[in-house]
Amino acid sequence: MSVDAEAGLLRVATAGSVDDGKSTLIGRLLWDAKAILEDQVAAVTHASAARGHDGVNLAMLTDGLRAERDQGITIDVAYRYFATPRRRFVLTDTPGHFEYTRNMVTGASNADLAVVLVDARNGVLEQTRRHAVIASMLHLPHVVVAVNKMDLVDWDEAVFTRICEELTAFVNRFDEPSLTFIPMSAKLGDNVVDPSDHMPWYYGPPLLQYLEEVPLDDPAHNLAARLPVQWVAVPAVAADEGPNGNANGGPRHPGYAGQLVAGTLRTGDKVVVLPGGATSAVASIDALSGPVDEAAAGAAITVRLADPVEVHRGDTIALQGAEPQVGRCLEALLCWMADAPLVVGARYRLKQTSRWTTAVVADLHYRLDIETLDHAPATALGPNDIGSVALTLSDDLVFDAYRANRSTGSFILVDEDTNVTVAAGMIVAADSATHEQDRPVPTAG
Amino acid sequence: MTTTTPLDSLFLDELDLEAAAATRPAPNHLDALEAEAVFILREVAAEFARPVLLFSGGKDSAVLLHLAEKAFAPGPLPFPVMHIDTGHNFDDVLAFRDHRTTGKGHRLIVASVQDTIDQGRATEEAGGSRNRLQATTLLDAVASHGFDVCLGGGRRDEEKARAKERVFSFRNKAGQWDPSGQRPEPWSIYNGRIHAGEHMRAFPISNWTELDVWEYISREGIELPSMYFAHRRTVLERDGMLLAVCPQVVPRGDEVPFEDTVRYRTVGDMSCTGAVRSSAATVAEIIDELAMTRVTERGATRADDRFSEAAMEDRKKEGYF
Ligand SMILES: Nc1nc2c(ncn2[C@@H]2O[C@H](COP(=O)(O)OP(=O)(O)O)[C@@H](O)[C@H]2O)c(=O)[nH]1
Repeated sequence: MSVDAEAGLLRVATAGSVDDGKSTLIGRLLWDAKAILEDQVAAVTHASAARGHDGVNLAMLTDGLRAERDQGITIDVAYRYFATPRRRFVLTDTPGHFEYTRNMVTGASNADLAVVLVDARNGVLEQTRRHAVIASMLHLPHVVVAVNKMDLVDWDEAVFTRICEELTAFVNRFDEPSLTFIPMSAKLGDNVVDPSDHMPWYYGPPLLQYLEEVPLDDPAHNLAARLPVQWVAVPAVAADEGPNGNANGGPRHPGYAGQLVAGTLRTGDKVVVLPGGATSAVASIDALSGPVDEAAAGAAITVRLADPVEVHRGDTIALQGAEPQVGRCLEALLCWMADAPLVVGARYRLKQTSRWTTAVVADLHYRLDIETLDHAPATALGPNDIGSVALTLSDDLVFDAYRANRSTGSFILVDEDTNVTVAAGMIVAADSATHEQDRPVPTAG
Repeated sequence: MTTTTPLDSLFLDELDLEAAAATRPAPNHLDALEAEAVFILREVAAEFARPVLLFSGGKDSAVLLHLAEKAFAPGPLPFPVMHIDTGHNFDDVLAFRDHRTTGKGHRLIVASVQDTIDQGRATEEAGGSRNRLQATTLLDAVASHGFDVCLGGGRRDEEKARAKERVFSFRNKAGQWDPSGQRPEPWSIYNGRIHAGEHMRAFPISNWTELDVWEYISREGIELPSMYFAHRRTVLERDGMLLAVCPQVVPRGDEVPFEDTVRYRTVGDMSCTGAVRSSAATVAEIIDELAMTRVTERGATRADDRFSEAAMEDRKKEGYF
């Protein structure tokens, strides 16, 4: 099971209602990909027998903590790892129970791809709609709908087609994501790893082949460069030098370390440091492997600038001419995760990229009704609600709309007293009224 | 973003996929894991006042230390390194620890389980294993040094209970982990806010597997203690495991010590860390061997983890790494 050195990493999130067969599907993927080792099988065989199951219950391979095993359902986000010779996979398993929307948001927010399970017998239920809407709200590059238990509907193409049409029509009312449908039987293994003999009418690949072949082409590559600064590496100052060492962007300038979350950055690029607005050029880029002329989205880099401008943690270095927005008023979609409700006027700590600030909920526009996709009037958001809010911040934020950039468009809200993370937020837009006047005047570096 | 249309196009065309995949070289999975770990290390260094990196001398902490050095190069590590010393150490682990820490100019703190026992804060367990006692030593050291975050080399693939743990894992004032009350952790936005007396554990290599760790060790040429590589050693078989004969492991009853060619897959308390029969003497041979291995790291080598399926979960709630 050695992985090709050039194989990439695909982050996959799974979602499904209880009993749709998600645990069985994951168990089968791991089993058939030989990612399950003997002592795990022994433990599960033993536990399966103790519970009166016949043979190995594949679902138990992915069950987690004892409390969950006792309840017989998974209740939080679990991570699984496996590899094929073609690719490495990180699976986040997010449970299907309706009150756990927050878990799906947590588990799927970082994913390249979501697999949403549907029980072919039940068709499209509220849960399925919820999962598909969350996947498209999170703007995942790929969404696979695994229509499971096809063996229980006589491998009937018409059942499959009806589910495809119904779910596509529903999701298109919210967004226009590209959904890929695969009919399967997780229990019997049809179209999971091996193609099915029972459904000659389906001519697409089995799930694993799809996961191995789906382009890893990170959409962030094609965006304008953004480097949120995490860490300022202040160089040791030699006794005979000023605070900035030699003035030509040589090695004694401070280094600005962070992960390039979008685009490509090259030495010589003209950049602006936001929110302050100082301009300069990239003097050097150090990747983890050493100095480079060019870095691509995803790389952890340290950048030095040609001019002695002030840069702090939380600032963003961006290409001149393709700048993110700067402002203190945001329109955002929130997934509320706390038991205590969100109310208008409440104040929270907000973290976006590496920047902390304070946010006041200025307005609650609506709660999204996942069943109907209606914008329901609301005065509060409860746990697992999704709603649209206006936030007023105490400092400038450097951001893009979430749909344009998942990294610079996402944030969390944190309770000021308990420090618990209470919401996952996606920036829809700047509030235009304040946005213009907040725009800093660029200063020459 | 394509618009979804006639049903035919819902089926995926294999050729399209291959053509699309060929247009851009996929980023190497080790680069992706490395960048993620470095991002987490930098967030930890920036968000906390007093971080510490836990270093056992094992391969995971050797990788973690290497990543930390890269994250802050050419500068010094912005935090000290701490070893929880069980006193039951393998031959060259202490020498390796010193070589990799003080030898490279890092600040080293040693917290000793023996001291914890001498202070009456813990009592030796029947089996002689000190793995469990480490929790007290660690929490005492965290309190006395005022550390607010401990960086650890824990990986989610090690054990089922870990599979659910966050990257930033919150510990209450008693140092305990509450698996059902974890903070949601969407995207890569880590919430490091805590009150005085509470602390965090942070796991930069959460998403690495054992094979990733070895492939990275190979790629980066990371040094390890010699016990990881095949060597001759006097061992005995106990509870289906091979234990090195040492002051903590003496033959009982009809146990007969014998010499064998073995290596270790983890560094731990000598009294309960099992060896595996192996002739893999180089990193490359270990990677080949792992590709065919049929037993997990913990199942093979940690006697005290096997007593119950939920052992790890109980241990973690107590404040174990
Ligand atoms: N007939 C049939 N049963 C299935 C299939 N997939 C799962 N099951 C069964 O459905 C039940 C629920 O599956 P499980 O994987 O535990 O569902 P989860 O709650 O989504 O994780 C179990 O009894 C499975 O054996 C399938 O493709 N066909």
